[in-house]
Amino acid sequence: MKSRGKLRQVCAAVLCVIFAVGLFAGTVSPYSYSKQFRERPNATPSLSHLLGTDSLGRDLFTRLVYGTRVSLLLAPAAALLATLIAGILGGFAGFLGGWFEKLILAAADLSMALPLLFVLLALRAVLPLDISPVFSVIATFMLVGLLGWPSSLRVVCAATRDLRNADFLLLARAMGCGRWRMIVRHALPNLRPILFAQFWISIPVFVLTEATLSMLGLGVMEPLPSWGNLLRGLEDISTVSANPWRLTPLILLILVVICFQLILPTQEETA
Amino acid sequence: MPSPMKKKLVLIGLLAFALPVRAQTGGELHFCLHGEPKTFNPILVDDEASENIRYLTGGVLIRLNRQSQALEPALATSWSISRDRRAITFHLRKGVYFSDGTLFTSQDVAYTMRLLMDPETHSPTGDAFRSGEGAVQVQTPATDVAVITFPAPIAGLERLFDQVAILSAHSPKKEMAVLGPFYVADYKAGSYVLLQKNPNYWKHDSQGHALPYIDSVRLDIQRNRDIELLRFRRGELQLINRLDAEQFDRLRQDNPAVTRNAGTGLDAEELWFNQSQVAPLPEYKKAWFATKEFRKAISMAINRADLCRIVYAGYAKPAYGPVSPSNHFWFNASLEDPKYDPQAALRVLAPAGFRYENETLKDRAGNRVEFTVVTNSGNAAREKIAAMIQQDLSQVGIKVNVVTLDFPSLIERITRTFDYDACILGLVNTDLDPNGQMNVWLSSGENHQWNPSQKTPATVWEAEIDKLMREQAAALTEIERKAKFDRVQQIVAEQQPFIYLINKDVLVAVSSNVVGASPVVLNPAGFWNVDTLRLGPSPELGVQK
Repeated sequence: MKSRGKLRQVCAAVLCVIFAVGLFAGTVSPYSYSKQFRERPNATPSLSHLLGTDSLGRDLFTRLVYGTRVSLLLAPAAALLATLIAGILGGFAGFLGGWFEKLILAAADLSMALPLLFVLLALRAVLPLDISPVFSVIATFMLVGLLGWPSSLRVVCAATRDLRNADFLLLARAMGCGRWRMIVRHALPNLRPILFAQFWISIPVFVLTEATLSMLGLGVMEPLPSWGNLLRGLEDISTVSANPWRLTPLILLILVVICFQLILPTQEETA
Repeated sequence: MPSPMKKKLVLIGLLAFALPVRAQTGGELHFCLHGEPKTFNPILVDDEASENIRYLTGGVLIRLNRQSQALEPALATSWSISRDRRAITFHLRKGVYFSDGTLFTSQDVAYTMRLLMDPETHSPTGDAFRSGEGAVQVQTPATDVAVITFPAPIAGLERLFDQVAILSAHSPKKEMAVLGPFYVADYKAGSYVLLQKNPNYWKHDSQGHALPYIDSVRLDIQRNRDIELLRFRRGELQLINRLDAEQFDRLRQDNPAVTRNAGTGLDAEELWFNQSQVAPLPEYKKAWFATKEFRKAISMAINRADLCRIVYAGYAKPAYGPVSPSNHFWFNASLEDPKYDPQAALRVLAPAGFRYENETLKDRAGNRVEFTVVTNSGNAAREKIAAMIQQDLSQVGIKVNVVTLDFPSLIERITRTFDYDACILGLVNTDLDPNGQMNVWLSSGENHQWNPSQKTPATVWEAEIDKLMREQAAALTEIERKAKFDRVQQIVAEQQPFIYLINKDVLVAVSSNVVGASPVVLNPAGFWNVDTLRLGPSPELGVQK
C-alpha cells in the first residue's frame, strides 16, 4: 500500500512537470512552433534543435512542447464535459428510474452503437472552414467531449440505481427529505469517487481519440501542433528506425497514459 | 594472406560483376496493380488497373510510342485521314491472329467501332470519338482495309486509336481473345491477375524472334504502397510503376541501381480560388478572388523551388502552366517562368487597392486578407504544400488557414455547395492532346474548377479561352491547333485561374534483373515496352533478400 502511494506521488510529479512544460511552452521552447527552417528539414538532434526538425524544418522540441499544451489542457476539459453530461443524465436516470432511465439508457446505447470516428468526420465536414486553428482544436475536443459520455453514463446510472435503495436514502426519505435535497446532499457525495474515476479514465482516452483524428488529418489544424499530429510522423516505420528520436511524442503519450492509470484509485479504495 | 581458393572465389565474383547481365527469354515478370480491375473489356475501361491490363493485352491499330511521343503503326501498317478530318482509312496487317487463333480482319475493326460508339455500351473510350450528331460509319471494302467516317471533324483523331483495343467479331471467347502481347490466363478477385504470353502476337524483334520475350506477367492486387515497397525490397516484385518521392528517396539511398527517374511527369499540383458567383462567401472575398493582381501576387509569393526540394525531396519541378515541359509538342516554351519574389508580389497588389501595414495585408475597405485553403486529408504531400504556402504567404501579410477534409466532403464543397475559399488538388493528365482537357478549360465544363458549369462565360478571358479551345478542336492542321492552344496557355499564365505549383517526376523502381526497362513519363511508365523486356539469369531480385 505504501509503495503504491509512492508510485502515485512519482506519477503525479511526472504529470505536474509535463503539464508545467505545456503551460509555459512559450518560455521553454526557443522558437515558434510554425517557424520553418527550410534549409534544415529532417535535421538530427543538435544543440539548436534538441529533437531535430520535421520534414518542413520545424523544431520538433518546440512542437512537442506546444503539442503537450494543446493535448493535455484540452483533453481534461473534454473529459470534464463528458463526465458532467454522464453525471447529470446518469444520476437522474438511476435515481428516477422508470421510463426516464429506459430512455436515457437507450440513448446511450444508440450513441455507443454509432461509429464515433465517422460521426466526428461528418461533424468536422459540416463545420465552417474559416475558423482559426485554436477554435478548430477547441471544437474538436468539445465534439469529443460531447460524444464521449455514454460509457461513463452507464457506470454512473448503475451506481445511482444501487444508491436509490440504500438504507440511508430510505431513512432520509422516511424523514421527509425532498427529492432534490436527497440528490444533492446524499446521493451526489456518494457518487463523487465514481465520477472522479470516470473523469481520470476519460483523459487518456480523449488524448488518444485526438491522436487518431489527427492521424487521419482531421484533428488539430496546421500549423498548430498536438500529440496526435506529431504522431503522424511515425506512420513510416523506416523513417522511425532511421530517426528513433521521432518516437518522443509516443513515449510521452504512453508515459502520460500510464501515469493517469496509476494515480487512479483502485476498486477497493473506491469502495 | 588470402588462400588460392579464396583468390579464385574473389576472381569469379569480380567477373560476375564485370559481365553484363545476359538476358534470356521466358520467365515471369511480377509487379502490382494498385486497385482491383473493374473490367477486362477494353471498351469499358475507366480505371487505372483495367487500363494497365488493356495496355498489356490489347492490340491497337496505332500505338503512341511512349518514349518518342510519336505515333507508330501497329495493327494498321498505314493510315490516311481525309482533308475534312472526318474519315480515316486503315490498311491492316495481314496474317494476324487473335490469342485464340481467330483471324484478324477489317470486320473486327468494324465490330469494335460499332461497340465503342453504341450509346448503350457507355464506353468511356468511345466518348472521345463523339464529335457531333449522327452515327459513325465503318466500311470494310477489303479484309485488310477499314474506313471509319465520323459525323464531324475530330482533332488529333489518329492519336485516339491508341486507346482502342480491337475485339474479335467472331471469337467465342469475346473480349478475352486479344491481339496484344499477353492474354488474361487467370484472375482471382482481390488477389492477382495472371497474364500469359500470346502465342499469336504479331510483333517480332529485328532478328525475327517472336515477342514478347517474357512468358507471363503476374499482377498482384496491392493497394498498400508500403507493402509493395517491402515486397520489392525482398525481391518478390521486379517493378514498382510509380513511387512517391519519399519512398523513392529511401530506396535510392539503399540501392541507387534499382531506382529510375523518368523525368518530369504530366501531373501537376495546383491551387485555385473559388470564383463561383453562387459561392456563399462575403462579397469582399469574392472581389479578391476575382482580381487578377491578387491571384498573380499569390503565385509570385509562393516559393515553388522550396516545395520541390522539401515536399518532393527534389523529385519535382516548379510548374507555371497547364502543360508540363515533358509534353514536347504542346508545351508553350515562349512563356516566361514567374520568379519567386514576395516584394514584387506586394508591388503587384498595391494598384489593386491592397496595402501592407504592420505585417498585415489589408484590402481597400480595411479587411484583413485571410482565407482558408482546403485539401484532402491523408495526402501528406498536399498537407505539406499547404503548410509551406501558409508560411510563404505570411511573408506578404496574408493569413492562411489550412483545413483538411475527407475526399467526399471536399468534392461536395468544390462541386456542389461551393463553400470554400481556395483549394489545393492535383490534376492527373493522361493525354498529351489538349482535347483531353476540354472539360477543364471550357467555361461550361464541370472541371472548370474555379467557376464550373457556367451558362455563359463570366469573364472576357474565359470567353476567349472557350473560343480558342473550340477552334483548336476544329482546326485542320496540328500547327494551327498548337498556335491556338499556345494562346490559351498565355491567357492562363496572365490570369492564373489555376496557380500551378509543381510537376512531379515519374519515379519507377526496376529490379536489376529486368533487362531493357527504360521508364518514361507517359503511362504505363515502367512497362511501356513490356514486349521487349527480358529477365536476366541473375537470381538476385529487388534490393536485398
